[in-house]
Amino acid sequence: MRFGVVVFPGTWSDCDFHYVISEVIRQPVKYVWHRDRNLSDLDCVILPGGFSYGDYLRAGAVAGKSPVVEALLEFVANGGYVLGSCNGFQILCEAGLLPGVLMRNECLQYRCQSTNLLVENVETPFTRGLRAGQVLTMPISHGEGKYYADPPTLAALKARHGIVFRYATADGQVVKAANPNGSVENIAGVVNETGTVLGLMPHPERAAETAMGGTDGLLLLQSLLGTLVEDGTFLKR
Amino acid sequence: MAGTEPKVTLDLARGLGLTADEYDRIIARLGREPSYTELGLFSALWSEHCAYKHSRAFLSRLPTRAPHLLQGPGENAGAVDIGDGWAIVFKMESHNHPSFIEPFQGAATGVGGILRDIFTMGARPIAILDSLRFGDPSDPKTRQLVNGVVSGISWYGNCFGCPTVGGEIAFAPEYSGNPLVNVMCVGLVRADRIFRARAEGVGNPVFYVGNKTGRDGIHGATMASATFDDEAEAKRPTVQVGDPFTEKLLLEACLEAMATGAVVGIQDMGAAGLACCTSEMPARSGTGMEVELSAVPQRETEMTPYELLLSESQERMLLVGARGRDEELRCVFAKWELDAVKIGEVTAGPELVVRHRGEPVARVPVDALADGPRYDKPHAPPAWLAERQAFDPLSLPEPADYGATLVRLMSAPTIASKEWAYRQYDQQVGTNTLVLPGSDAAVLRIKGTRRAIAVSTDGNGRQVVLDPRRGGALAVCEAARNVSCAGGRPLGVTDCMNFGSPERPEILWQFAEAIDGIAEACRALEVPVVGGNVSFYNETSGQAILPTPICGVVGVLEDAGRLATQWFKATGHRIALLGPDAVSLGGSEYLWTLHGRVAGRLAPLDLEMERRVQSAVRAAVQAGLVTAAHDCSEGGLAVALAESSVSGTRTGAAVGCDVTVERGRRLDETLFGEGPSRVVVSVEAARQREFEALMAESAIPWRWIGTTGGERLTVRAAGRVVVDVAVDRIEHAWRSGFERHMA
Repeated sequence: MRFGVVVFPGTWSDCDFHYVISEVIRQPVKYVWHRDRNLSDLDCVILPGGFSYGDYLRAGAVAGKSPVVEALLEFVANGGYVLGSCNGFQILCEAGLLPGVLMRNECLQYRCQSTNLLVENVETPFTRGLRAGQVLTMPISHGEGKYYADPPTLAALKARHGIVFRYATADGQVVKAANPNGSVENIAGVVNETGTVLGLMPHPERAAETAMGGTDGLLLLQSLLGTLVEDGTFLKR
Repeated sequence: MAGTEPKVTLDLARGLGLTADEYDRIIARLGREPSYTELGLFSALWSEHCAYKHSRAFLSRLPTRAPHLLQGPGENAGAVDIGDGWAIVFKMESHNHPSFIEPFQGAATGVGGILRDIFTMGARPIAILDSLRFGDPSDPKTRQLVNGVVSGISWYGNCFGCPTVGGEIAFAPEYSGNPLVNVMCVGLVRADRIFRARAEGVGNPVFYVGNKTGRDGIHGATMASATFDDEAEAKRPTVQVGDPFTEKLLLEACLEAMATGAVVGIQDMGAAGLACCTSEMPARSGTGMEVELSAVPQRETEMTPYELLLSESQERMLLVGARGRDEELRCVFAKWELDAVKIGEVTAGPELVVRHRGEPVARVPVDALADGPRYDKPHAPPAWLAERQAFDPLSLPEPADYGATLVRLMSAPTIASKEWAYRQYDQQVGTNTLVLPGSDAAVLRIKGTRRAIAVSTDGNGRQVVLDPRRGGALAVCEAARNVSCAGGRPLGVTDCMNFGSPERPEILWQFAEAIDGIAEACRALEVPVVGGNVSFYNETSGQAILPTPICGVVGVLEDAGRLATQWFKATGHRIALLGPDAVSLGGSEYLWTLHGRVAGRLAPLDLEMERRVQSAVRAAVQAGLVTAAHDCSEGGLAVALAESSVSGTRTGAAVGCDVTVERGRRLDETLFGEGPSRVVVSVEAARQREFEALMAESAIPWRWIGTTGGERLTVRAAGRVVVDVAVDRIEHAWRSGFERHMA
């Protein structure tokens, strides 16, 4: 699978994703500059974390109108996969590729900490190797991660099982104490209607090696590759 | 323009911070009266902040050589070789004065400044650490300062994309009018690709790159060279405003430009901005420089030559390029949407010639600017010192309840968990951080090798005020011991010297003694000082801070898989105490927290013992023999044990312990007394014999003191249980002790 990692001015998780894709899951990967519109040689585009264009306006607002994100519309329409983490999730919402918005954390402070994520939807290409109800551990690092959608949007999102991850306790309880940013209904990650565009605030690339404290983030990429599902390794988890 | 400039007089020079004697020296050096612009150049470059007038005579005592040293003091930052072709570039700097006036921007631009010092050397910043000092934690003003400083660091570091992995925060009333913000940055570069701040090659173009210049921060360097009075807040306009996004672009553009081979030298426009770069760069290379100020990108109108030279606008660099490769350089900066404008060229020297719209506005020999005056002012111990040292802490009553005392110390804001602060910092970007904040040292892997580095900062003003020489040595020892506890072999020290006014003999004495102490410790531990900075004049209305040298140490681990953290991992591990028994309550956290005193004598320091203990700990960590290693610092042995019990990364995963101590002179001294060269380690029972064999070789005093496990922390002495507290209670006190002051 050919991956592209988008670099906006101000992106900083680009190198970390690139490292995981090339050195850990050993797939072909290249950087995609924010002015590029040609995504035709890619299977999956990653929108990594950072502060695109400084995010001095609203997080992701400027990047949501950038040439590469405009090109994503066609890329998605043609069946390409898009994974947006942290700033990438904010950009996908700003671009209208995912519903809802990401607002300033309820505590009004930046938060960098480990979180537990309850897996709710295992019917997406990013989660098909997981069990519903499984709890993953991944860190967050953001100041604007409070997901919000108005009631009709939220109802529609739920009706189509668009909520993929919710912040939870280590044993999978979705409670306020486990919510690091005040997001509505503890939402941490959502997908689009076709399941091919995933946005989440946590950083899967920071949970991709044992040395870094865990490998749960790899499960998303491995699900995407499908390799482990075929030999059944995942399904036994 | 010249018509609107003030007339140059002695009074004007004084107003700019120069003395009558310095003014005469300028006239003698030039052979004429300086122009207004020239006077501005001298006032900035001869300020204490830039010229180290009062400190240079002492700084030369620091050891600055080692086989693995690639760059010592005198450049933007120091560099050490860590093997496999890689070098670590690092430095710590203070941003104390601006942070008091405007905590958020002051701290933010402190981070920005030190980041630039690192990437001008060609290194990619991989870690930030910050040592902060504030006044009384229960004062609302302190809360506002802590909030402002922490959010400023968080904002700049996070947006830029460099993880903040460590540091410390301590409180004492002496810092209430002068908080300390010392920021250390660590960068990674190929050992053969280090860039330097030199202006070589006559005819080479001089480029201005980065942000545009405004009127912000004019005279920042001069401000940092004077004490505050009640009007300090009126100086807010001299604080610069940061833009971390532009800094990130500047980082990427500079590293990309350096990779082209078209960069000859580069320097950050920090304190004293363009004035500093245009004189220091040629001075280092024995050349001169000619610049045209009207070419400088400006974001305000009608800026005078004086303002353009002295502005401390952030996120700017002066770059000397290779002749004929202008277009290549411009393209790189254009890609990152940054200005890169040729403003002049390197000349044969020896002068700096500054023009504005073609008219010369300054013509000064570069060494006259770069070689400021040096003072050897009188210094003498303060009159109060002997009495303060003579105080015997054992004249105070013993605590009635040792368990409650331990809990109280664990919740003291200086000891308690600093998670409230570091959860606001990105700690992992770059995916190198193997040990996150909260252990003795942070550990970062070096991708593509088996190696890692350990980094820590330390400094204890209470110890330094009571014994500046030993206190200075202890700052080096503690930071190095933290690195050793993580498994790292210390390679270099950067020091930030925070003191009051050097014009007072007792302050200068504290400084000189502290430097000697640092020098002795560095020699004993065989680590060079690679650079740092001196921050004098940390006084408000005559009240000086505690003398506070902060040392940052970088060490290398040959095997990233063999590292240690400070917390107990499981039940049934044996606990050993390594190092000497000598401790003292003099200058201790116990004496301050319980009795509100900073007095007494410090425990003796045997530097050879310190070296041996550190080397023994490293050997044990590297052999994979210890499951935890933690140095005994503030709060002594009891607090070290309690921290090892409760500081694991997950709340509620505390591991208790049961230990037996020698009673000593008095139990409070034994449990809470502070002394150097002491480390607590835990060892799996199955590896006990191996550990004993290793310790036997190391020739240090040590003994088994207990076992991990259970839900209580129990200490026995002379056959009696003297502390028996639920670890939950200790954990709660420790996790909430700092945060409760911030709510």
